[in-house]
Amino acid sequence: MAKTTLTVDGRAHTVAATPDTPLLYVLREELALNGPKFGCGLAQCGTCTVLIDGRAVRSCVTPVAAVNGAVRTLEGLSAGGKPHPVQDAFIAEEAAQCGYCANGWIMNSVALLEKHPKPSEAQIRDQLSGLKCRCGTHMAILRAVRRAAAATA
Amino acid sequence: MQINRRDFLKSSGSLVVGVSASGALQSLIAGEALAESVSYPNPSPELLDTWISVARDGQVTAFFGKVDMGLGLETAIAQIVAEELDMPVERVNIVAGDTLLTANQGGASASSGIRAGAIPLRNAAAEARRVLASAGAERLGVPFEAVATEKGEVFVKAEPARRIGYASIVDGKPLGTKVTWNKEMGTPLNVTGAGKPKAVADYKVVGQSVARRDIPGKMLGTTDYLTNVRLPGMLHARLLRPAVAAAVPVSYDAASIASIPGARVVHKKDMLAVVAEREWDAVRAARLLKVQWTEPAMNWPGSEGIHDHIRSAPAVASNGESAFAGKRVYDETPTYRALAGAAKVMTADYEAPFQSHARIGPSVGVADVRDGSAVIYVDSQKPHFVRMGIAKLLGLPQDKVRVIWKTGAGSYGRSDADEAPYEAAVLSQELGRPVRVQWMRHEGTGWDPKAPAAVISMKAGLDAAGAVGAWYFRAKGFSGWDVKFAADSPEQTLVGMQLGMAKTDMHNFDVPTETYQFPNTVRFWQTVAPLQVQASPMRCAHMRAPQEMQSRFAQECFVDEVAIATGRDPLAFRLASIKEPREMAVLKAVTEKAGWSAADHSPRKAKGDILFGRGLALYNGYGSYAALVVEVEVNRKTGRVWARKVTVAQDSGLIINPGSLKTVMEGNVVQGLSRAMVEEVAFNQSTVTSVDWNTYPILDIKDVPETVETIIMHRPDMASGGAGEPTLVSMAAAVGNAIHNATGVRLRRYPFTAARVKAALEQHSA
Repeated sequence: MAKTTLTVDGRAHTVAATPDTPLLYVLREELALNGPKFGCGLAQCGTCTVLIDGRAVRSCVTPVAAVNGAVRTLEGLSAGGKPHPVQDAFIAEEAAQCGYCANGWIMNSVALLEKHPKPSEAQIRDQLSGLKCRCGTHMAILRAVRRAAAATA
Repeated sequence: MQINRRDFLKSSGSLVVGVSASGALQSLIAGEALAESVSYPNPSPELLDTWISVARDGQVTAFFGKVDMGLGLETAIAQIVAEELDMPVERVNIVAGDTLLTANQGGASASSGIRAGAIPLRNAAAEARRVLASAGAERLGVPFEAVATEKGEVFVKAEPARRIGYASIVDGKPLGTKVTWNKEMGTPLNVTGAGKPKAVADYKVVGQSVARRDIPGKMLGTTDYLTNVRLPGMLHARLLRPAVAAAVPVSYDAASIASIPGARVVHKKDMLAVVAEREWDAVRAARLLKVQWTEPAMNWPGSEGIHDHIRSAPAVASNGESAFAGKRVYDETPTYRALAGAAKVMTADYEAPFQSHARIGPSVGVADVRDGSAVIYVDSQKPHFVRMGIAKLLGLPQDKVRVIWKTGAGSYGRSDADEAPYEAAVLSQELGRPVRVQWMRHEGTGWDPKAPAAVISMKAGLDAAGAVGAWYFRAKGFSGWDVKFAADSPEQTLVGMQLGMAKTDMHNFDVPTETYQFPNTVRFWQTVAPLQVQASPMRCAHMRAPQEMQSRFAQECFVDEVAIATGRDPLAFRLASIKEPREMAVLKAVTEKAGWSAADHSPRKAKGDILFGRGLALYNGYGSYAALVVEVEVNRKTGRVWARKVTVAQDSGLIINPGSLKTVMEGNVVQGLSRAMVEEVAFNQSTVTSVDWNTYPILDIKDVPETVETIIMHRPDMASGGAGEPTLVSMAAAVGNAIHNATGVRLRRYPFTAARVKAALEQHSA
């Protein structure tokens, strides 16, 4: 089986996986990372989102062979024990019920705020559009993103 | 099983997973260390130690036989136990839903977590406090009356410096006291002891917005979700689903997956699965496997024809006949007589779609079935019932099956959550290795049990002055118990039916709670036969709240129709037609806050292509009362409806955690809007065609309201009601009423998709 080298959360890993294996399966199965989750396998919900060189990427449809940058995951955001300001904001607003989709909202919010530290309401809704939350916690998510923007600005 | 659980409690509830050749269950228990006194594997409700345990390190663990599906229940239960025990809430741990460690409290069901599930915990904690205070008084050498408790310590009231901690009193031993059990199992289970719960006026922790303890882990990626369970030697499995719903596999071509290392097929009766060592290989094998399926003739009416089908289909059951939930006899005769004598009769049919639970994470189950025992990992709402059903399916005594509940994707009723664990159990028994089954998206949306479609017929008889003299409600739809609310028998699951078990015939729909005080009222339901009896993707089950969004859509829209037809404001008409003060209070609170005006006659003034309207709806159920006002903007060109502002008021009696309740109410608003606006299962003659987020969309963040105002009624004098559903149920009705207020057009079918609204507006103006 093909060996692929990946940098994930600042550490280099060599993993054995067929080139078409989606990054999500490598992260979860080979590296036992729990942040990105399987939601659809179709890039329709964002639950599997990771950051690759700052871009929010749906890992469920990204073949591991096509990964050409450093991968950051939810667990990597709080490496060193200190939560990322976006994580702090989501915690403060209790912006989850089941929390299964939280990874997608947090990773996409990190990407948004790294690009637009002071986003407008329309920018927030626009950039997060397409992510799915079945429990309907969107109102708290919006508050959390605003709070994170205010805290980091 | 005499095992000591002191060590287990020292590790704050973390379960130690071990595997040995001597049986999956035994090894797991041996790794764990349990209480000396508790009667595992069936903890007796009659023992205080089944409910409450005090560890040497001063931590208290409460054992909760329900589960937290993400609504903050774990924190709320900890608050209640901490309150009664006079413990700091952060030192109270909750173990939930593990069938080995907890009594069967019925699982997550009917918003009963607080209103029923908390009661034995509250009573047990009060009794534990009494036992601890009594033992503490003895150790301090004073009478019981001379001591009080605070912060996990017993102290002498007259000399507060003289104190002893609970941990020192207990010294790692069991509490060893019995409590009185009401002999019920499931949700009604209760226990009482000599120690009485506190008066509400004395509450310090209950009623506070304590931070939800499940939240940080969910945001940091450290929560122990079911999807993270990885057992040594675990195989990954996928199930094969037919393109035609009633088709079953005839044969398969093993050569078609020969190129995938380790992939193999398990074909047992009508169940067809692939397994592989690696997950992606199982996914690939499921895609590549060539299968020959039967080609049954199918003649489903399709989603566009479903309501005509319901109208013409014979009724097979009603609430007037004996059913699982008992019968509620009704008599239409007085209503028909009054309608016949009315000056004016209004009638309307309302149509509700099939909807999918569509969990964000489709069904997952991990099973380890070996040497005559089984350990099953689930995120089902009812782990104790899954245990019964899987034991039956595997042919094992219940004592040999342990079901361990883990945090999972939200499920909102009898979703697909109960399916994959059964499939994993069958496959693990077959293969002798641990198996993980993960459903794919097309299964989670296409093959979950659905909320049933219905046609609800309303009639009102009015006298010459417009007073209501007769009221008729008939819901006719597919059974909400087509598969049961609890998967306590395998024939209620897909794989059980695939293995040849005949589904039990059960019927249920819903009639609204008594609210409106109209004379000659009749309210009843009828069910029609399922589209496909066995192993159907259109089998129905309850979805937040069971058949109630359907029934309230009709009732609350028709109340508006009658009010408007007789020249009355919908708010004033409601207030004049109800008698329950708590219903009146939520109506008044919500309309005051929303600035309701009786002068907003339909259709309202437009601004360009945007029409503005507001609608009202009421709900009463689960011991709670809710009212909502939705303000919409309707684009008359595109048909897009945006609920720009939603105001909700909820009275759930005594509130444990107002902060949690606020976010629960907001979630219900958004999920309710999603179901009112966009959600509808699509199907053709032979199968479900809405199978992912493009074909079964839910509300997008661009379309959620600008503002959601929540009003929590302060009623600590009343028992806690269910809070998980009330603000969702009447949403379709409130939006329908708001669309009418904006446009003058009455839409009697939800969801109010842009295409449907546009068509209705065009038809109206033509």
